[in-house]
Amino acid sequence: MTALDSPAASPAQAAADATAAILRDTLDGAHRGVVVDSPPGAGKSTLVVRAARELAAAGHPLMVVAQTNAQVDDLVDRLATADPELPVGRLHSSDPAPYDPALDRHPAVRTSAKAGELAGLDVVVSTAAKWAWVKSAEPWRYAIVDEAYQMRSDALLAVAGLFERALFVGDPGQLDPFSQVAADQWAGLSYDPSASAVSSLLAHNPRLPQHRLPVSWRLPASAAPLVSDAFYPYTPFRSGTGPGARTLALERAGDGSPVDRVLEEAAGSGWGLLELPARRTPRTDPEAVAAVAGVVERLLERGGLAVSERGPEPVPLTADRVAVGTAHRDQAAAVRARLAALGVAGVAVDTANRLQGREFDVTVVLHPLSGRPDATRFHLETGRLCVLASRHRHACVVVCRAGVAALLDDHPSAEPVRLGAAERAPDGWEAHQAVLAHLAEHTVQLS
Amino acid sequence: MSLMNALARMEAAACGRAQPLATARHRHLAERPMVFVPLTTAGETGAPLGALVGTDRESPELFTVPQPRDRDLRFAFLARLADTLLPHLESCQDDVELVERKETDPESGKRVTVQTELCADAPQLLVPNGPGVDFVRLLGRSMRFRRTAEEAPDSAYPAPPRVPLLGRWLTHYAERARVPGSSLLLPLTGLLTRHWATGQSHLEDQHLGALLAWIAPPDGPGGPDGVPRAGAAAARRAELARDAAGQLVRPPAGPATDPAFDNRLLAPAVDRYDAGLPGAEAEVRELLASQLRPTWDAVWQGVDLLRELPEAEHVPDRWRRDRQSYTHHRDRLRAGEPPQPRRDDAVTAARKLAMREQRQAELEAQEALDDPLVMAVRRLAGEAFAARVTGVEMAYSDGRRPTPRPRVTVSTADTPLLEEGDKVYRALPAGGQQPAEVVSPGGDGDGLVLRLTGGMGRGKEPAPGTVPEPGERVCWTLFEHAPRGGAGLPEPEDTPWTHGGPPGEPTAEEPDPVTAEDVL
Repeated sequence: MTALDSPAASPAQAAADATAAILRDTLDGAHRGVVVDSPPGAGKSTLVVRAARELAAAGHPLMVVAQTNAQVDDLVDRLATADPELPVGRLHSSDPAPYDPALDRHPAVRTSAKAGELAGLDVVVSTAAKWAWVKSAEPWRYAIVDEAYQMRSDALLAVAGLFERALFVGDPGQLDPFSQVAADQWAGLSYDPSASAVSSLLAHNPRLPQHRLPVSWRLPASAAPLVSDAFYPYTPFRSGTGPGARTLALERAGDGSPVDRVLEEAAGSGWGLLELPARRTPRTDPEAVAAVAGVVERLLERGGLAVSERGPEPVPLTADRVAVGTAHRDQAAAVRARLAALGVAGVAVDTANRLQGREFDVTVVLHPLSGRPDATRFHLETGRLCVLASRHRHACVVVCRAGVAALLDDHPSAEPVRLGAAERAPDGWEAHQAVLAHLAEHTVQLS
Repeated sequence: MSLMNALARMEAAACGRAQPLATARHRHLAERPMVFVPLTTAGETGAPLGALVGTDRESPELFTVPQPRDRDLRFAFLARLADTLLPHLESCQDDVELVERKETDPESGKRVTVQTELCADAPQLLVPNGPGVDFVRLLGRSMRFRRTAEEAPDSAYPAPPRVPLLGRWLTHYAERARVPGSSLLLPLTGLLTRHWATGQSHLEDQHLGALLAWIAPPDGPGGPDGVPRAGAAAARRAELARDAAGQLVRPPAGPATDPAFDNRLLAPAVDRYDAGLPGAEAEVRELLASQLRPTWDAVWQGVDLLRELPEAEHVPDRWRRDRQSYTHHRDRLRAGEPPQPRRDDAVTAARKLAMREQRQAELEAQEALDDPLVMAVRRLAGEAFAARVTGVEMAYSDGRRPTPRPRVTVSTADTPLLEEGDKVYRALPAGGQQPAEVVSPGGDGDGLVLRLTGGMGRGKEPAPGTVPEPGERVCWTLFEHAPRGGAGLPEPEDTPWTHGGPPGEPTAEEPDPVTAEDVL
């Protein structure tokens, strides 16, 4: 195991030290803001819940800003589960079915579409879009902004007047916020509305304390070094579990087919690349879609037994612990249709955007560049690949057409460099090459 | 690019002529647009060479600069440009209609209705291509901070009286051109490529001559009875054909000029002007006219082509916003506000972005609703579907006051990306949109089941004509027809600490300092 921060400390100790420092700065620090970078599965939600509870316990009512309704519901559920007595408000929209009805089982959670009805509660949670409608005369003393790297600068501008100081938590490696219209005219300005909230915040407040969570509890020892090197080269992290701490065994024997062999490779090493013959295809490449569905079907057919640090007994791998990730919605729809035709149900199939923040035992990924004639900025985006390659606790199988390395060589990054604008490091091109180079050792060809 | 537009381009490439992308005109086209065809000097930012300007295709006004590096000559050019453009840009200021608007009263905080003026029309400016819009922006930027002799009596290089004002107008028009669906300032190439697909690249589509050759080949329509691949061949000639002297037969649509023209013809003529030879100024003028006139004619040819398309239904709604924008700018000028700042402050930037995103969503929805060919693009992308109603079953919501929630079963040959609980919308015959919820996405021979959730009036029974009949064909969309905007943003003086705090009072910015290069 390579320890990155303090060689002597165990992962648990390193994570605990980081959390303690963050809470110290949040509760007693002199700065108005604290920024926490969290790699995939590093316990970001746990940190948010803990910080919220400690702030509330110290007598500071606080507002929590998340980006999507699913994130808000998840946070409220975690808060109420961690502390059933804590008075939590869920501020929601006035649309029909505005929040997850599962929240109704928590007696201390109050839900309302009006901020006034939630006044006085210890913690009030909502989306940035909903908070922007709230007009309050008295600002909150404290706020927690969750998924702050996914939040756009203009969304923070709309809500920042509601609080005096805040803890900003997020994963810098995930998908950047984007705009449907050109925002080039503001590129390089410190408050570029299309940039991420954290970049504006730090541009205006460069001396804010910045922390990071050093340990990924989700990613296994086989994945953490690759994801860390490829996507977080300047802020490395490590796996919370050592090699061998997690194993995945396939119950039924394979028949030697490429699909079975790639499953065995992934079960043994944590990674598998099922390579289809090189070909230019439409986005919903029928052969690649069939291969993805075939891998999922075969995995569930053979039955997996997952052993992890959570308990000594092997846990059977069920459909809800498996996910398929794609770049485009129509690809996800095609895979869904194919799985339904095979009679496979319960597997989450979605785009990178929608899989953000979720965790599975095994993921099957349709490579964003598979079968493409070109490598556009969308497909090269670092965050997209990072999300797809970092959702799994045990193994990840990538399905891809051959020839992506040559495609990358034909399409070097050609985006203009703008004065004053922060550049993503590493760029998507480099990250793609790093991942491909690693996957090459785990390739099974489908001929 | 959508799959269908890619297909249209491939078809165009295969058959050698442009393919339609729309059956209606989706942008406003004024009865008397002001056409502005500028040329710029190579290697010198913002140094105009000349321009053809006017609203009458037969008699454009030609302005030229015999030595584009001479600042006095440039100012003289800009002053003449202002004399021609400003009367047109100001021509709609006084013809107003009164409209009512809801506003928050600053004292009581209540929503009150106020009457405001709205200009009945707005002047439209047409340029040949996208770089032409950028050049308008650059001209605006170079002029709006200038001070006239009246404003700055001590200035060594005062600007002619109306030049800063023209700079503010051009800045406004160029900024408005960034709003999706706006029509105050339009590039002809943008207008044409919105309505036709060619078989060449997007970059090549910026060549107005080549683009027109694809759409309306000079040798006739082409196709099975005409000249094969007439458009592609004509486009190639438009781009490449040179005369015996090595000059392009169809000069580029500017503002950049052809290097062969610069080197062999323009530079020697400018040298003769510098040497003080008689007739040199007229010679430069002739040369520039020869480069401008083909583009001028091409712009009007494009206007004619666009006029043949019927105006789409929502275009007047969007043009009304352009008129509002025009009226606001007029009001700011009349209130004596300083020129637009060099850079937006945080709140203004965020407001502009939010507004443009809303306009973009609105434009996409409206174009699809107005035009079956555009809707087909969305249907193919799984974002809309045309369906036949196979059954309607009345149902009511639970609750104290049951409201109608009819279940409508439809069958469709399209493949929308639908899941249970998704919202879909349709246009009601009487106007407005009707929302519905997907009860079952169907498939495998089962019908798609929707539950209508609104648009049926306030009564216990649905208002007549608000529930589709069995057998009716209805087009449902997965996108809202009139997308809502988000919450507002704080006032600039309330800019929070995360974004640098309040920017301070808006003041007139200083003009750019004069450097040694300014007075060569």
